[in-house]
Amino acid sequence: MIGNIIKKEFKELFVISTILPIIVIAIVFGLVGQSIGNIGEKMAEKPVIGIVDMDGGNLSSIAVSILTENARVVYDGRDTQSGLQEVTKENGVALLVMPGNFSQSIYAGQPGEMEIYWIMRGAGMMDSISSGVVEALIQSVNQGISTRLIQEDGSFDPAVVLTPTRRVETTFLKGKEIRGLSASQLSNILGSQSIAIPIVVMMLIIMAGASVIGSMGMEKENKTLETLLTMPVRRSHIVIGKMVGSALVGMIMAAIYMAGFSRYMGSFQVSDINLANFGLALSMPDYLLVGISLFAALLAGLALCIVLGTFAKNYRSAQTLIFPITALAMISMFTTIFKDFDTLPVVLRILVFAIPFSHPMMAMRALMMGSYSLVVGGIAYNAAFTVIMVWIAVRIFNSDRLLTGSVRRRIGLGKVAWGFRR
Amino acid sequence: MKAVEVKDLVKDYGSFRALKGISFEVSEGEIFGLIGPNGAGKTTALRTIATLLQITSGLIAVFGYELPKEAAEVRRIISYLPEEAGAYKNLTGMEYLNFVAKFFGDGRRLQNMVRKGVDIANLGERINDKVDTYSKGMTRRLLVGRALMIEPKLAILDEPTSGLDVVNAQEVRRIINNAAEAGVAVLLSSHNMLEVELLCHRIALIDDGRIIASGTAGELKQKYDARNIEEAFVRAIK
Repeated sequence: MIGNIIKKEFKELFVISTILPIIVIAIVFGLVGQSIGNIGEKMAEKPVIGIVDMDGGNLSSIAVSILTENARVVYDGRDTQSGLQEVTKENGVALLVMPGNFSQSIYAGQPGEMEIYWIMRGAGMMDSISSGVVEALIQSVNQGISTRLIQEDGSFDPAVVLTPTRRVETTFLKGKEIRGLSASQLSNILGSQSIAIPIVVMMLIIMAGASVIGSMGMEKENKTLETLLTMPVRRSHIVIGKMVGSALVGMIMAAIYMAGFSRYMGSFQVSDINLANFGLALSMPDYLLVGISLFAALLAGLALCIVLGTFAKNYRSAQTLIFPITALAMISMFTTIFKDFDTLPVVLRILVFAIPFSHPMMAMRALMMGSYSLVVGGIAYNAAFTVIMVWIAVRIFNSDRLLTGSVRRRIGLGKVAWGFRR
Repeated sequence: MKAVEVKDLVKDYGSFRALKGISFEVSEGEIFGLIGPNGAGKTTALRTIATLLQITSGLIAVFGYELPKEAAEVRRIISYLPEEAGAYKNLTGMEYLNFVAKFFGDGRRLQNMVRKGVDIANLGERINDKVDTYSKGMTRRLLVGRALMIEPKLAILDEPTSGLDVVNAQEVRRIINNAAEAGVAVLLSSHNMLEVELLCHRIALIDDGRIIASGTAGELKQKYDARNIEEAFVRAIK
């Protein structure tokens, strides 16, 4: 008896419409993971660096020897500018410069100054892995120098022995020169935004999307849509009305969610570095652009949801239709958290750009770096995407599809059977 | 002018032909019933006239407006009540009537429409309760009120008393009769042949996408030498 019930349940639930999105998403996530790369592999890779040793003394030689052994050194010379050019050309992580008095300072009881020029290509979590490896190398350099100092003379100032070098850091990120911050520090600061913004955008899209798809399912189940379609109101007004109504609901929900989430994220905030001091603050027009980007993505997502919602037979089936939206939002979220748009492989870059939700997730970071073209391009793309989706939705609303579940009238996509027949 | 004129209407769903060239006319103030078994094509015919479905071939004119090219004009003068329809559950009955009335007018006209809807629905104080709390009969009365409050020239009612108990069904029939007496053309479908016999001025028997006979209840019974429409229908399809 129980076998009979299990069989029935399985047959009812294990249908192509349930399984196909899971398969597609599993494949896409697999590809995303493969494209982003493996953290372990990156950690094991020798970082690419440049060395400028203007000292040539005992202690700088120790540093050079440790660095050369553990990193791939693409420049070993005496000119900082040439070193920077070479490291940048070779996709390197950092240029370490030891000035002329490096060893002398340490022997004189002052920490030796080490200039470090970090070259960051992106501000995603994965983008700072290599700089983390270099940080570890610098620690090794310090240890090596400490060991030498103790071996040479046990009477050195313990403070200098423990910390023989002092770092003067400059980070280059997408054309910006940020003095006084290391790549890791910058990555940590931007990291909180990297996580918070994509999550909030994802929640907004999912909440608003679920409400519009659910509303379509409810309308079909209750036949209120059938009634609405016989009233003297334009199809486009029905579609746009649904979108804007759902956008408002979604934004209220997201605001409530964000209030709780920002407190949660605030509890992890340890940095008191003000980004404005480093030229990384956003201006009012920038915030306006972020807002427009978010709104454009929301409308694009909702327009897509309305098209998906036309496939809903009832409220229950509508719940499964939100899955593709959730999956797309998650792909955008994870990709933008872990990698910067500019450091993604081309295929993934196209995919991320094509997903409307990616744009507000990337907008704030892009504006900080002055990448206006990416943000404005994203807004333009989402506007075009919305127009196309609304057009498709209106065509579907004008066809038999909403009531019969199949399209037999040309809706501009050819004569396609889109589902079950009556 | 004819309220509804349907000529050789064909409707295909892919390779399945749901309507195979039906023709009929409805006059102003007339209640015209389409009766037939499930799947005969009643709902398809009503949905096509209600501008919901595309026409494969044939002609539909509602008060002279041809479909599909004058669908917007048709929507201004019709009211459609789907079978087993619901209303927006989070709205009160009053809010629902207001929502619909706004598509047809504003100001005093809107107020009059809503007042009429409230009168037809006859839900008393419950009109201010959420639709979610209504029984099936109450929801149906609200929807009939919604359909007729706008004073349509043509009311298209798909199984208007489907699922209702005797008392509610009788009330809905009374409302429909009153509307027709006020000049509204009513096109309804039902598989309840007794109801159609009681309510409709003229009837079309529809089976397998074809109208197999039409006329008054008396004419049909006489034609098929039957005691009632049900018997006439059974003989007609043999």
